[in-house]
Amino acid sequence: MIDAGIRIEGLRKRYGEGDTAVDALKDVNMTVAPGEVVGLIGPSGSGKSTLLKCLGAVIEPTAGRMILGGQTIYDDGWKIPDLRALRRDSIGFVFQAPYLIPFLDVTDNVALLPMLAGRSNDEARARALELLVALDVGHRAKAQPSELSGGEQQRVSIARALANQPPVILADEPTAPLDSERALAVVRILNQMATQFHTAIIVVTHDEKIIPTFKRIYHIRDGRTEEEVGQGLSL
Amino acid sequence: MISLAGRDILHSWGKFVLTGIGLGLLIGVTLSMAGIYRGMVDDAQALLDNSGADLWVVQQDTQGPYAESSSLRDDVVRSVLGLPGVARAANVTYLTMQVRQSQGQGEARDGQEVRAMIVGFEPGQPGEPGYLVAGRHITRSHYEAVVDVRTGFALGERIRIRRHDYTVVGLTRRMVSSGGDPMVFIPLKDAQEAQFLKDNDAILNDRARTAANPALNRPGVPGLLEAIQASQAANHNVNTVLVQVQPGVPAESVAEPIRRWKHLEAYTRAQMEEILIAKLIATSARQIAMFLVILAVVSAAIVAFIIYTMTLGKIREIAVLKLIGTRNRTIAGMILQQALGLGLIGFIVGKVAATLWAPIFPKYVLLEPGDAVRGLVAVMLICALASTLAIRAALKVDPAAAIGG
Ligand SMILES: Nc1ncnc2c1ncn2[C@@H]1O[C@H](COP(=O)(O)OP(=O)(O)OP(=O)(O)O)[C@@H](O)[C@H]1O
Ligand SMILES: [Mg+2]
Repeated sequence: MIDAGIRIEGLRKRYGEGDTAVDALKDVNMTVAPGEVVGLIGPSGSGKSTLLKCLGAVIEPTAGRMILGGQTIYDDGWKIPDLRALRRDSIGFVFQAPYLIPFLDVTDNVALLPMLAGRSNDEARARALELLVALDVGHRAKAQPSELSGGEQQRVSIARALANQPPVILADEPTAPLDSERALAVVRILNQMATQFHTAIIVVTHDEKIIPTFKRIYHIRDGRTEEEVGQGLSL
Repeated sequence: MISLAGRDILHSWGKFVLTGIGLGLLIGVTLSMAGIYRGMVDDAQALLDNSGADLWVVQQDTQGPYAESSSLRDDVVRSVLGLPGVARAANVTYLTMQVRQSQGQGEARDGQEVRAMIVGFEPGQPGEPGYLVAGRHITRSHYEAVVDVRTGFALGERIRIRRHDYTVVGLTRRMVSSGGDPMVFIPLKDAQEAQFLKDNDAILNDRARTAANPALNRPGVPGLLEAIQASQAANHNVNTVLVQVQPGVPAESVAEPIRRWKHLEAYTRAQMEEILIAKLIATSARQIAMFLVILAVVSAAIVAFIIYTMTLGKIREIAVLKLIGTRNRTIAGMILQQALGLGLIGFIVGKVAATLWAPIFPKYVLLEPGDAVRGLVAVMLICALASTLAIRAALKVDPAAAIGG
């Protein structure tokens, strides 16, 4: 069955070979529906970053299956040929720090992705502005990233993740540097965007402030996932 | 698509401009070095042009008069004049020496000294100074001089060459020796005397020796000793005979019989140019080429270092760019364009600097547009080459690094 959103089955990842091999992921199973935001939590060294890198198509799993936005990207040793285009078109990334490109203004930071995907500059900027407005940073569109507050920068980076309307967004501790109020605001935005754009979002976190907001949580321990029901506190 | 390189340059323009200026001064030095070489070639050509000669007749087995010393009897000119195809021929002497301002012309200018090439010539003949920028030609047969403006001497000033004072009556320009020393033109007779002049002690000494020689100082032959002494003191040598051929006569056809019958060497304009440029200034040219190579290497090292450090400072951004799907080609292009941009800024600064400081150089610096174009191409190539280090570092960046641990 091919479905939209995210579907991971029996995913395994082994780093290295022989005596020094590390089985970072042993058996990971996950599904995230379009429009859903799920939390991914787990102790240090449990394999969160490894899973995110596999999903983000920057490292190759050892076995298993990954389907993103209805597209099989990995299936037991077979992988989609153009990973770069996959990352550009199908996956949005939100990091712990915003990592905006310092020499581009706010609009072009967001517009860069549609431009890379071949859109005209005008079209890309119009799309960027739309997203910036939706994320309440439209008034800072012409500013340089360094002139923005931390919360504003994070919202711009969310706009960037959404720019090519990817079916999937991977957020790696997106609230870590933010205070409680701002952290909750970011989660609220992610939920809004998920609903608005039918995006499946995975949020890797160990931020106690936001964990209660997820309806569903995947707990990863020693490379294996367990699904849990979250509190789903309304925002 | 927007130009990532352009945006980055605009964003950190201060750094770019400062680096560009540093690089530019280096490029300016490089362009000046090339200009110095061109100036030397041009000086050599001006020397040949200004002599107004088609042929240089010099002592046998020498490459005179500029590259080696050459000495001819001053009556050779008469037999050369008799050859078919010769329009004009004249004796000329060349002597490079320090020329001093004469004493007693006001404190500030007394004793000012300049290295100059003394040219002895016959008025109205080949070898005379060409166009005068001020004053007049030499009209008296003694103790007048026409000088190149680069000597710094002024009209009416008196200069000292050996034991005599000369009055500057005319000024000329771009009259320099192959070494770039400005010329001082004086009458041939004066120059011949100056060239072979001995000091007073030497003359007295010579006279005494001659007088002590019984074969030369014969009792009962009045006047013999005086005649011998006069002939010893006089100089009947010159360095070259400049020949102008009749219109339509190939210089080589005149040179050939001179070589064959007169036991002399004769060089055409092309041969003379070959001697001056290929031989006389060859060592200087190699010296300059050496400098150019070193400067090119230093520039490359600077560009490589700067672009490399700038790239290392952007590793995180590069990882993010790669993660979100930027092509390696785009990233390499960005770094390459930055290197080229730096090169362009440097070249412009260098060209302006070289143009500004060229006139201050003591020797002629000729900045040829062709050299500037070649310089620009070389700078661009060097920058492109220098950026490979940074490009390699950028291509090695793992997009996974953006996701963190
Ligand atoms: N490149 C690698 N080579 C070898 N082993 C690795 C590599 N990256 C991670 N590991 C190992 O894989 C396991 C999972 O690491 P991972 O980074 O996914 O953990 P994590 O859940 O992100 O931890 P944290 O919360 O501390 O970031 C760890 O034991 C780690 O040492
Ligand atoms: Mg981690």
